[in-house]
Amino acid sequence: MGNVIMADLARIPELLPSIIEMVAKVVFIFTMNMGVFAPLLGWVERKQSALMQDRIGANRADILGITAFGLLHTLTDAIKLLTKEDFIPRGADKPLHYLAPFIAVVPALIAFAVIPFGGQYVLWGHKTNLVIADLDVGILFVFAVASISTYGSVIAGWASNNNWSLLGGIRVGAQMLSYEVAMGLTLVGVFMVYGSLRMTDIGVAQENFFHWGIFLQPLGFILFITCALAENKRTPFDIPEAEAELVAGYFTEYSGLKFAMFWMAEFLEMVTISGVLVALFFGGWQIPFVTHEGLVKFFGFLGSNFAQVAVMVVHVTVFWVKVLGWIFLLMLIRWTLPRFRYDQVMELGWKIILPLALVNIFITGAVMLMVM
Amino acid sequence: MTLNQYLPILLMTVAAIGTAVGMIVLTSVIGPKKHFDEKMEPFECGVSPVADPQARFSVRFYIIAMLFILFDIEAVFLFPWAAVFKDLGMFGFVEMMLFIVVLVVGLAYVWLKGALEWE
Repeated sequence: MGNVIMADLARIPELLPSIIEMVAKVVFIFTMNMGVFAPLLGWVERKQSALMQDRIGANRADILGITAFGLLHTLTDAIKLLTKEDFIPRGADKPLHYLAPFIAVVPALIAFAVIPFGGQYVLWGHKTNLVIADLDVGILFVFAVASISTYGSVIAGWASNNNWSLLGGIRVGAQMLSYEVAMGLTLVGVFMVYGSLRMTDIGVAQENFFHWGIFLQPLGFILFITCALAENKRTPFDIPEAEAELVAGYFTEYSGLKFAMFWMAEFLEMVTISGVLVALFFGGWQIPFVTHEGLVKFFGFLGSNFAQVAVMVVHVTVFWVKVLGWIFLLMLIRWTLPRFRYDQVMELGWKIILPLALVNIFITGAVMLMVM
Repeated sequence: MTLNQYLPILLMTVAAIGTAVGMIVLTSVIGPKKHFDEKMEPFECGVSPVADPQARFSVRFYIIAMLFILFDIEAVFLFPWAAVFKDLGMFGFVEMMLFIVVLVVGLAYVWLKGALEWE
């Protein structure tokens, strides 16, 4: 890979548009993650749970009497976490204690790289593809990166020298491993239907509303969202950090920004899950019954270049609206369902979802052969 | 003339590592440092720890880890097959169903052996 990068560096002048495009896309997604989702989802969660439980929610922090619907709590939380003491208990494994939040948050930040947040457009003669890395392995990249974050939680539990942390750590290990097997199998049906692992191919194939993943793979969708919830470690699958039994599970002994990093990782994973759900099952950037050409024609009065820009803006907006809708639904699930017991979680993964995922592969294959 | 497709991922990883390192450094530099003996104890509901966390834990967790390796590798075999399923047709379908049957026999075995029971 080193040689390839050197070869790329030698061709910088002719590659300038591609480099600008690449940097712009990385900056855009990074800003969305670090600037919008990581700080604001905490506020969204507090306000949404308050609404659901008939409370008012965060509304105290103010600057000169302006509370901005409790949005300033985002700022005060950040300042509070930054000025907290960084606590490491006696007997803890110091290097690993530092490493754990790092391993948890880095995969959460890069997992979004293969999810297309828009289609392909030709802007002033330059072909633009709105996905950071259009890999042929596609979704496998998300799986690979997401599974690294398991180490973060397990190491945090091990390194804290605390019984609650250790229990949380081994629980999270077993839970993540169990659901990773099932999650991979639930998506095989999607790849069979679209004939590709590349996420932009899957997005383009969903231009026809009735070819959306949710219609072609209804069982796969239900199984996948269950696995994704379990991988996200939020209620009803939050037994690794069950506050009623394990204090806070694997991050009991974390404070300050190191605690915030676990918390950020959880929210960013939720964004990635929503992105995958939208890209694979809900048409990605596509609008129902509106084709790419149709939209270009609609904006035709702007001239060919600006028409493409307008279509791009519409598609990107549609994608993020869908993602926000899914984040809302995932939070709705989190505040609606009670926590499962540990044996129930493990049985659901191995005895129900895994066999059903195999059945789904069989049905998908049989139906496809009949149709062909 | 295109860039290496993994280059943006490298860029993104560097940015992510920078952010994470920055946060860890910030939190260990800023903030008070007041150490005394009772405070540095690992949290155990207000009492001094009575059990050593580095002790043994249930063997079931190891079994789950072993099963994960077996089944996840088998799951990986399905991905390339799924991508070219349309070209393989009936032959590929029957072949892979035989493979899945073998997989199911393995699952049935660990199930009947009680490796998936948690009581």
